[in-house]
Amino acid sequence: MTPSYREVVDSGLGYSHLVKRGEVVRIVDLEGNQAVDTLFYNAHDPSERYSASDTIVRQQNLYLTTGTQLISSEGNVLLTIIADTCGRHDTLGGACAAESNQVRYALDKRHMHSCRDSFLLELALHQPHMSKRDITSNINFFMNVPVTPEGGLKFDDGISGPGRYVELRAEMDVLILISNCPQLNNPCNAYNPTPIEVLVFPAPAPEN
Amino acid sequence: MPDHELHESLRGGQMWSRVLRRGQVLTLTDVEGGATPAALFYNASQPLERYNFADTLKAQHTAMLTRGHVLYSDMGRVLCSIIEDSAGWHDTITGHMTRAASLAKFGAGSFQKLRNEQHRDTRSNFLIELGKHGLGKRDIVPNVNFFAKITPDENGQLSWQAAREAGRRVSLRAEMDVLIVLSNTPHPLDPSAHYAPTPLALSIHQGPLTVPLDDLCRTSCAQNGRGFQLTEQLNLGVS
Repeated sequence: MTPSYREVVDSGLGYSHLVKRGEVVRIVDLEGNQAVDTLFYNAHDPSERYSASDTIVRQQNLYLTTGTQLISSEGNVLLTIIADTCGRHDTLGGACAAESNQVRYALDKRHMHSCRDSFLLELALHQPHMSKRDITSNINFFMNVPVTPEGGLKFDDGISGPGRYVELRAEMDVLILISNCPQLNNPCNAYNPTPIEVLVFPAPAPEN
Repeated sequence: MPDHELHESLRGGQMWSRVLRRGQVLTLTDVEGGATPAALFYNASQPLERYNFADTLKAQHTAMLTRGHVLYSDMGRVLCSIIEDSAGWHDTITGHMTRAASLAKFGAGSFQKLRNEQHRDTRSNFLIELGKHGLGKRDIVPNVNFFAKITPDENGQLSWQAAREAGRRVSLRAEMDVLIVLSNTPHPLDPSAHYAPTPLALSIHQGPLTVPLDDLCRTSCAQNGRGFQLTEQLNLGVS
């Protein structure tokens, strides 16, 4: 099928795009092991937004893959993952921020670029009715953050690779907000943030 | 009872909020065994700074909370420290129930029928209590569920662990002035389809303003040492 839209998002950039109900979004990890920090909102009322905890509870599983329904804060299905050539995506690790980088790595890391900065700038430039209040816990596509039965949390080497992708069918009109992660303190991306591609495929024609 | 110590109790289904001043210690007691209070935390003087479960877990390389852990805000600062805990595991991954989820699980339980025994759901309770502070839907984030233990298997499948001994306690020390919101309502993964949340006891006392350099929560990992430094920069010179 021919995409109706495609755009490469370079490393370290923010991005937002409206997707209509029924359209399919494909996010491609072009060079491998690139974390794609992603949030979703009801396009008509962004106070209804992706909920990591409701998504986990609905499927009683921590990891996102084919079949996972992405659940909103109001308990509605925003999108469904319908294809996944990576196999597992994270929604526990959240987004990097200048301030959390100081905690995690060193106090002198505050100058470094971060996902939260990309989210904030993208909202300020292109979604002026939204703000930091709307930045909630996100999905990290292509990230591997396993939890042990004893309650430990690890940031493992990625299990993605060049060209792997995830496809999501929009179950309502949704706003997608992406930060193509600029993190340079974490070996998960081999300290080398790389571009991704976002493609949108039209909704299948309704059957008569 | 000394007036420098506050004691309150929450019935099953009840919500509560309060600004916990820096240095104050809030102790929650699961009176009968089975309470799983949901909690949200905000910087009381700037509520745009709020609890962040992801930053809390990844800074401390943990998927659960217990003594020695701290609750991080989204600004790299410590809201509260867990200074005592007899439960050993508190959940912060599985969130809370909406009104629709509560209706589907427990049935109507309306005010018209049950009066103040009505079935209250966590999200509605949060909205009511947050509304008293000028906050709302956009301020609700994944919360803490005290006394709830949910464990994953190697594939990430979650299991509810019914640890129900009465009298379990957890103590939180506020590291700045913190707005804390509690809802003593059923946990979304509690398998019981019978609406019967049990009582929660609260006590608050004033502790010291300064956190010693050898404090358990400050020293439990290098990240927390930096988190306390960033938090103390809020209070420049005030001790």
